[in-house]
Amino acid sequence: MADHAPTETLALRVQFDTEAQQKDAATLGMWLFLVTEIMFFGGMFAVYTIYRSWYPDVFAIASSSLNQIIGALNTGVLLLSSFTMVMAVRAGQLGQQKAIVIFLILTLLFGGIFLGVKAYEWNQKFEEHHIPGQAAFHLDGVLPGDQGHAQLFFSIYFAMTGLHALHMVIGVGILLILIVQARKGRFSASYYTPVDVAGLYWHFVDIIWIFLFPLLYLIDRHLVK
Amino acid sequence: MSHPPEQTHIDSVGTYVKILLALLVATAVTTAVSRVDLGAFSTVVALGIACVKMLLVALFFMHLRHSTKLTRLVVLGGLLWLAILLLLTMTDFATRGILGVPGK
Repeated sequence: MADHAPTETLALRVQFDTEAQQKDAATLGMWLFLVTEIMFFGGMFAVYTIYRSWYPDVFAIASSSLNQIIGALNTGVLLLSSFTMVMAVRAGQLGQQKAIVIFLILTLLFGGIFLGVKAYEWNQKFEEHHIPGQAAFHLDGVLPGDQGHAQLFFSIYFAMTGLHALHMVIGVGILLILIVQARKGRFSASYYTPVDVAGLYWHFVDIIWIFLFPLLYLIDRHLVK
Repeated sequence: MSHPPEQTHIDSVGTYVKILLALLVATAVTTAVSRVDLGAFSTVVALGIACVKMLLVALFFMHLRHSTKLTRLVVLGGLLWLAILLLLTMTDFATRGILGVPGK
């Protein structure tokens, strides 16, 4: 048996020929998962496109009831978290163990701020009676007969921002695990794959928000002043 | 094809800072431009800016610039299927009612 036992490291498992091959396989696997995520969110974007094309005026009024300044600032926070995430990956490439931990914690912090602001925004919706299905649902500026279409906008708003936030929460969980592992010195310049693929996931969630922000917050703002 | 692992491309901090600034500026621009009346083009502009931001994140933050051809092919394949999902769905919803229903 001893003859068979190959020297196996984190960066080079037995089933791979080279470290580069193992890294490429991990990257490709993560991208394949992200492609399934594209299709998952794609269905929601299709729903959004159809209903917006059917009720463009109501969607414009409903969109304008969202606070675009908060939305824009929160987008900035999320982009900032993507920046710190890529800096953590860079620290991994350079084998700077302390920097990995610091940048991961910063990413966690900005992700947390984003989720906190999101929670505040959702709470606003409850106070403004903009919750679909609520008996007291009412959106100003929309005819009584069109209130149902306004509810549709908010259904899509909650489903899409909710699913996005769920992905953020999962990302926060991944970050916590990575921070613990990074503190133990598990990652080095030859092995930082978990940080790398977690980065891909985090940036993907960022890209989803890059589309959600203009599509939900910025429809025909000039119509309603 | 196969290069030693030491040859990992490491982008400079300056590159990442520039990309971050570009993304933040693009966010400010798309927010500001939404208040301008561009008619039907407001959606085109909003989605155009979003696509530019997506490309910046994907190419630089997600290292697609340095990734293998196979990985790029998989990403393009994913976008192709997304296009099929959106476009073929909309060919139905956008053209309903153009032709009457025979016998009705």
